[in-house]
Amino acid sequence: MTGDGAAADRTAGRSDRAGAAAIEIRRVRKVFGSGQERAVVALDDVSLTIRDNEFFTLLGPSGCGKTTLLRLIAGFEQPTAGEILLFGSHLEHLPPHRRPVNTVFQQYALFPHMTVAENIGFGLMMQGRPKREIDETVRRMLALVRMDDLAGRRTDQLSGGQQQRVALARALAPHPKVLLLDEPLSALDLKLRKEMQIELKRLQHETGITFIFVTHDQEEALTMSDRIAVMSDGAILQVGTPREIYDHPARRFVADFIGEINILPAELLETREASGGASARVRLSSGQVRLARLPDGPVAAGRVNVAVRPEHAGLQPAGEGAALTGTLSNVVYFGTGTHYHLELDGPGGEGGRFVVELQNRLGAGADHAIGARLGILLTDGSLQVLCD
Amino acid sequence: MADRTLQTTAPGGKPAGRRPFDLKRQTGFSEIAWFCLFVLYAPIAVLIVFSFNDNRSVTLWTEFSLRWYRSALNNQGIQNAAMISLQVGAVATLVSTFFATLAALATTRNERFRGEGLVYAVINQPLMIPEIVTAVATLALFALIKQLTGVGGIGYLMLAHTVFCIPFAYMPIRARLEDMNLTLEQAAADLYATPLQVFRRITLPLMMPGIVAGAMLAFVVSFDDVIITLMVAGPGETTLPIYIFGQMRRGITPETNAVSTLIVLLSVVLVALLFFFGKRRR
Repeated sequence: MTGDGAAADRTAGRSDRAGAAAIEIRRVRKVFGSGQERAVVALDDVSLTIRDNEFFTLLGPSGCGKTTLLRLIAGFEQPTAGEILLFGSHLEHLPPHRRPVNTVFQQYALFPHMTVAENIGFGLMMQGRPKREIDETVRRMLALVRMDDLAGRRTDQLSGGQQQRVALARALAPHPKVLLLDEPLSALDLKLRKEMQIELKRLQHETGITFIFVTHDQEEALTMSDRIAVMSDGAILQVGTPREIYDHPARRFVADFIGEINILPAELLETREASGGASARVRLSSGQVRLARLPDGPVAAGRVNVAVRPEHAGLQPAGEGAALTGTLSNVVYFGTGTHYHLELDGPGGEGGRFVVELQNRLGAGADHAIGARLGILLTDGSLQVLCD
Repeated sequence: MADRTLQTTAPGGKPAGRRPFDLKRQTGFSEIAWFCLFVLYAPIAVLIVFSFNDNRSVTLWTEFSLRWYRSALNNQGIQNAAMISLQVGAVATLVSTFFATLAALATTRNERFRGEGLVYAVINQPLMIPEIVTAVATLALFALIKQLTGVGGIGYLMLAHTVFCIPFAYMPIRARLEDMNLTLEQAAADLYATPLQVFRRITLPLMMPGIVAGAMLAFVVSFDDVIITLMVAGPGETTLPIYIFGQMRRGITPETNAVSTLIVLLSVVLVALLFFFGKRRR
């Protein structure tokens, strides 16, 4: 409904402000507790730049430090070392109420003694805006999250999805420079979560506010984000667009955490620079040589790991120069596609497992029997060299 | 395997032969419940019934009458005692609730500090030490102070009541604060509320039911006290329980019943108010 116009606006806005850093994290370290034994390093020397008008996702398993990073930006925690800048000005010594960023909390944290409208207007009231402006903004926010007729409700009379919308409206009402979202969808059921993913994306479009979204759900991250930072053990492993993160993971953890992937040992032969990114010739365990893409980070010479997505590989008859050969051990049909699990031939009899995903076409039957010897088709460029 | 899956997903299917433990189904449950209710309320019922007795006797019923209420309400001694009780109760309630609120905030809204357990013990000291000990100790201390300064008055009684009311006011407030989600205060700070505004707009309104409950408990405890009051109260500072206590030594009259019934009525009204207040807040 807001369709093309909004999209065009956004593109225009984009090019205007492209490159402007909304948030800069410089060498931030956060240690909880003190003393040798009890100290826990939540963030270790993290640096990150989040651009203006970006939907940025911090993705990682629980305990990776993503929520700590968010709380540092909000001001609920103080960094042990390092700097946090918002549009170029230092934030790290400001208390939460003096930072022009707002948070959507995991459990919403709506004020139970106020109505929906009072909740949404709270931030504006605390900023000392005139009552008429507050009323007007609250009305606009209620329309934005499609809750117009529930202004007078108490928050405990709302469903989970409605509470979520109120929490969003409350955080957006003061028009913050950056909106922080701490796993806001995790308390919703699957159907509502899908709806809210689209809704959040729409809200980010319409408001043009930078969103920093924390989640452990890789699918959520891939669906919604402009860029993703994958975190593990208090460090950022890789930052990139969903496509970069998915197609070209730089680290083993990133490759494993997002989607399914095959990891193979290989030998690095020679590297070459090209316009589309550096690539290298690698020799697989079968002796076959393929062209693989190199990651941005440093790569050890000699033995490396290469990663291949199941859907980037194919099947072919054994022999005939197949990249790898193996025995079909399992066939898993899942509607849109089929997974073929192979036991690879290896020098010592065990070469590991490999999964190939093929699209299902109408009328085409499964033509491979379990136990069949098959070759794996790997084209140049379907392989990605990992840093570790 | 398949069978078991079927069984557990069958609609309304309960594992046969095993009922979850239910206290209400145990033999003798209702008998014990009725006995407890009887022991608790029979004396009060008898008291109330005989407050309407026309006769002077408190054991022999003759005829319905309100004469003892009339006589109680006209009794100058009872009027004075009730006034003293209300004054002492009001001051003790206000002051103790104020300090209990501060103490509860300090022990729940700060990082843990050294000696927090000790603070907790000190606040609750009036609950741990036998009241008679506190009474004698307070009496001795106050006597010393009076002798040194020459200052007397009802302030001593109010101070003594305030002290033993603090733990009663403290407990419900602390419980309420511990139940409260800290994220609410963070959310308010995130929405540009200064620490003072967070307290006024979020913490205080949300802890109000606890404060009201604590204040009412404090008032009831102060209104009810005999032992410490007996020791500390000077001439002209007779509270209602002390007056009733004195009257009883000259023999029970239905007038005592009438006064007691009025006190019961007052507490019922207070509890009802608290209940509705709490409901409205929810």
